[in-house]
Amino acid sequence: MSDFNRNPLVDWALKFYILLSFAFIFAPIAASFVFSFNVDRFPSLPLGGFSTVWYETVAADPLVWEGLRNTLIAGVIVSVVATALGFGAAYTDFRYQFFGKPFYLALALLPPTIPVVILGLAMLAFLSNVSLSGEIHSVIIAHVVMCAPFAMAICRLRLSQMDPSLEAAAWNLGASEWMAMRHVIVPFCRPAIFAALFITMAVSFDEFAVSWFVSGLHETLPVKVLGFLQGQVSPRINVIGTFVFLTSMTLVILAQILLMKRSAEPKAGAKLPELAS
Amino acid sequence: MTDQALVVFDGVVKSFGSFVAVERMDLDIRKGEFLAIMGSSGCGKTTTLRMLAGLEAPTEGEIRLAGKRINDLPTWRRDTPMVWQSLALFPFLTVRENVEFSLRMRGVEMAERRQRVDKWLDRMQITEFADRNVAHLSGGQRQRVALARSLVTEPEILLLDEPLSALDAHLKVRMQTVLSNLQKELGITFVYVTHSQSEAFSMADRVVIMSRGRIEQIGNPQEIYRAPRTKFVAEFLGSSNVFAGKVSAADGDAIRIATPSGEFDVARNPAKTLAKGDKATFVVSGDRVQLSNERPVGVNGMQASVVGEEFVGATAVIHLEGVDGLELKAQKSHDELEQINLIPGAKIWVSWRAEASHILPGE
Repeated sequence: MSDFNRNPLVDWALKFYILLSFAFIFAPIAASFVFSFNVDRFPSLPLGGFSTVWYETVAADPLVWEGLRNTLIAGVIVSVVATALGFGAAYTDFRYQFFGKPFYLALALLPPTIPVVILGLAMLAFLSNVSLSGEIHSVIIAHVVMCAPFAMAICRLRLSQMDPSLEAAAWNLGASEWMAMRHVIVPFCRPAIFAALFITMAVSFDEFAVSWFVSGLHETLPVKVLGFLQGQVSPRINVIGTFVFLTSMTLVILAQILLMKRSAEPKAGAKLPELAS
Repeated sequence: MTDQALVVFDGVVKSFGSFVAVERMDLDIRKGEFLAIMGSSGCGKTTTLRMLAGLEAPTEGEIRLAGKRINDLPTWRRDTPMVWQSLALFPFLTVRENVEFSLRMRGVEMAERRQRVDKWLDRMQITEFADRNVAHLSGGQRQRVALARSLVTEPEILLLDEPLSALDAHLKVRMQTVLSNLQKELGITFVYVTHSQSEAFSMADRVVIMSRGRIEQIGNPQEIYRAPRTKFVAEFLGSSNVFAGKVSAADGDAIRIATPSGEFDVARNPAKTLAKGDKATFVVSGDRVQLSNERPVGVNGMQASVVGEEFVGATAVIHLEGVDGLELKAQKSHDELEQINLIPGAKIWVSWRAEASHILPGE
């Protein structure tokens, strides 16, 4: 669209509106970030003075370290397992036509639509029935269920950009089905697979409700934070909040960069100027 | 060219559910020939090629490659490389890695791989792009990469599925020459699927014309062009003046056929013996009819009204309609048309000599 017909006033109003929305979303996070460096016990203005004392307290707390350890172990395992499952599900959708496929797809993509409290409660009921609750692997199982659909959606998107003859071309050139998977499908999906790893890790890292239900004594960091809040309001929460936010954002941004880099690449078959043929 | 059959389709049927894509095909593909399979979309030409490549299994019948039944041999165990319509180059690999792919999949050693890839890069004149990503090449260069990738295993047969359809006209003709020369130099069999008459006729030794899963005609290009066997082939090749009727007189070389548009003299077709009362269909190609305002003498003629004029470069195609609704086309140079009344609706005379008509032996 040319700029010629645009009303500058509307333009400014819209820009201001976007700015306002972002401010509204990020203000609490920014406040938390600022107060994490404030020396005062309670978050109030004016600020008391710059200090890293709360960071030191957090770093010295063995409970935080335990929570972080649980979170990291769960995050890494969840991302790998969920991405593997998600990729497999996406490939099944890409490659095969079978009876009940819409049902299969709906089922595979369903978990994120279930309210987390219900999912957490159901998970707890189910896992304790099969004697798997209250452990770190309970969190892992529950998080895999929640994260695999995200991984599947990302891999599916990538596969949909693939020339369907690519795989057949590999077979035709002497690659068995497994070799074609290894040498063509996986390399083609590599950016999506990494993006899925980061996103699922970020989801698992932040997730509170389900973890709270199923983790038992093996609390993850967000669950620990609730513990702090219940005892007393402490600026330590700001520190952990800042840490969790930065970690998640880093993972999501990494995933975004990976996905964007791919779409910016000239598509196979794109018209290019004729150089010399 | 030897007459030894490299590939034999023996009563091959392919159906998808209730849809029959290929109907009982019998076809010999000779060693070292350039065979074009031509037809409009959905005629079964690509299915035929995919069965040969091993990407579809025949429902019935047998396909033999060099005398051996290959029905159940998966594509990766055949050496029947295919050049795809989309080219299907691997976008995450360089030119060299693309060409190398089939050697790597077959476990050829690194040193030999390198040497064979170098040879083909050089042969297809793409050595200078060897380390570039395939996404950064032009259309013609990508074609050469696709050819090198398929030929690097030095197969006996190469399958091509409309590989030139995405190119502009100029490059298309240039690639046709490349393909033609390559096939002659290598002496291997090319099976080329296309919907384009010009591609098929300019490159192929033999052309197979398919329609609705059946072979309509097989022959060399001149043969097919001069003597189409069926109405479908005649119309597919652009000759649209088709007259169906009954033989009203057959006396030696003189045959007359009565059609709803009138009674016409036609030349005898040695491929079909006709007696009085037989059904017969003949065609007259658009560039062999004459147009005039007055009734011509001594030739076949019928009156038709002008529907419109289509401008085709140096010539024009005049669309006409006979009294009985028969559609006719005449292709003439602009000079020849100067004196003719071409106002839509005008009644003019269409005429042709008996030798200009051709009886379709397959109808």
